[in-house]
Amino acid sequence: MRLLLDVFSVVAIVAGAVFYLAGTVGLLRFPDSYTRLHALTKADNLGLVLVVIGLLPQVNGVLAGLKLVLVWLLVMLSSAAVSQLIARSARRQERRP
Amino acid sequence: MTTIASGVVVLLLLWLALWTVVARDAFLAVAGFVVYGLLLALVWVRLAGIDVALTEAAIGGGLTGALLLGAVGRLRGTEAATAAEGAGAGTRALAALLALGVTGALVLGVLMLPEPAPTLAPLAVPALPATGVGNPITGVLLAFRALDTLLEAIVLVIALIGVWSFAPDRAWGGRPGPLYRADPQGILAYLARVLPPLGIVIGIYLFWAGADHPGGKFQSATILAAMWMLVQMAGLADTPRTDNRALRFGIVIGPLVFIAVGVLGLFTAGAFLGYPEGWAKPLILVIEVALLPTLAIVLALLMNGPPARPWASAGAPGAGPLPGRHAIASRDRPTRSSDEGGT
Repeated sequence: MRLLLDVFSVVAIVAGAVFYLAGTVGLLRFPDSYTRLHALTKADNLGLVLVVIGLLPQVNGVLAGLKLVLVWLLVMLSSAAVSQLIARSARRQERRP
Repeated sequence: MTTIASGVVVLLLLWLALWTVVARDAFLAVAGFVVYGLLLALVWVRLAGIDVALTEAAIGGGLTGALLLGAVGRLRGTEAATAAEGAGAGTRALAALLALGVTGALVLGVLMLPEPAPTLAPLAVPALPATGVGNPITGVLLAFRALDTLLEAIVLVIALIGVWSFAPDRAWGGRPGPLYRADPQGILAYLARVLPPLGIVIGIYLFWAGADHPGGKFQSATILAAMWMLVQMAGLADTPRTDNRALRFGIVIGPLVFIAVGVLGLFTAGAFLGYPEGWAKPLILVIEVALLPTLAIVLALLMNGPPARPWASAGAPGAGPLPGRHAIASRDRPTRSSDEGGT
């Protein structure tokens, strides 16, 4: 059982890291702010959730697990809000003469 | 494996530091500085200095970064002219030489430290249980080095007075910072409604946990200040007037209580800032509780800058918001948006 959980953790965290890598490649390669934001928010959120899920079997106690989930929710909230703000600011700069 | 990872982080840190110094654009330099602070926090975690890591992330990366971003916004108009003027080759060479000299002296100093490095830790650790505080950092900051902490708090208050003194006469006593206008239905307003309840709980948790675990008033105050700033930037609440008595009381309460406890120590423990036996923990708690509002208010008001609006008419022309801030004109009110604002 322990071994199974460990394997699960490794697989989930590696998958998360791959998503982070993909998001970063997108950030570097995509042509404009909107597509870059798209790459970052989509891929990084998925990467983070995979890392959190992978870490959950490793924590001791429900409280520590809840804290991890809270971190995930807070990062989701802030990245969603901030990416909208950045996109709006980029759009306004485009319209400026 | 971990050695390789540490090596990569150290190299990244050095590269980032260099990049921040040579960046031509002020905004990019600040962005580099913020990332540098976050990476430095990781290094502190690796060195098992969780308290330092929290402080570095909150104050070094977050708060200082935000302050510098504000400065960049204010300097935007003159940046091109300053860059065009440039510095002569001689000045640059002199600056580089000075920087290298300071770095060299520091490196030499660290390398010349005797082995093992001089430390008071063996003396301090056995005395810690007497303070009743489980987190050694908090114990040292408020028992053995209480004077440093007191002076830190006072320095912050003096810094705020210094910032306020840049206010023009007509704005003295008025509200500091730009008047933010944001779309009341927008995402920023939503975030400013959803996040603060959570942020306040987390801030107070960090404060309370600071007695026995990593955390404490500084990290907590930074989070509380950030929540307040968020509410202001979303246009949900304006900053209080700086001649508000309650506000000024909140600003000085921390140092005042700290000094009062210190003077009390003269009579009860025979030394300034001494704690009588058995009373260390409650007195430390009193000081920390008093310092929290001071720190939170001062940090947030430092971010806001000097009072800039004549207080008779808050949004009057000539006192417009700063350019380059994220704010959107509300749809139903014919006000200027922060974006095209400025004087």
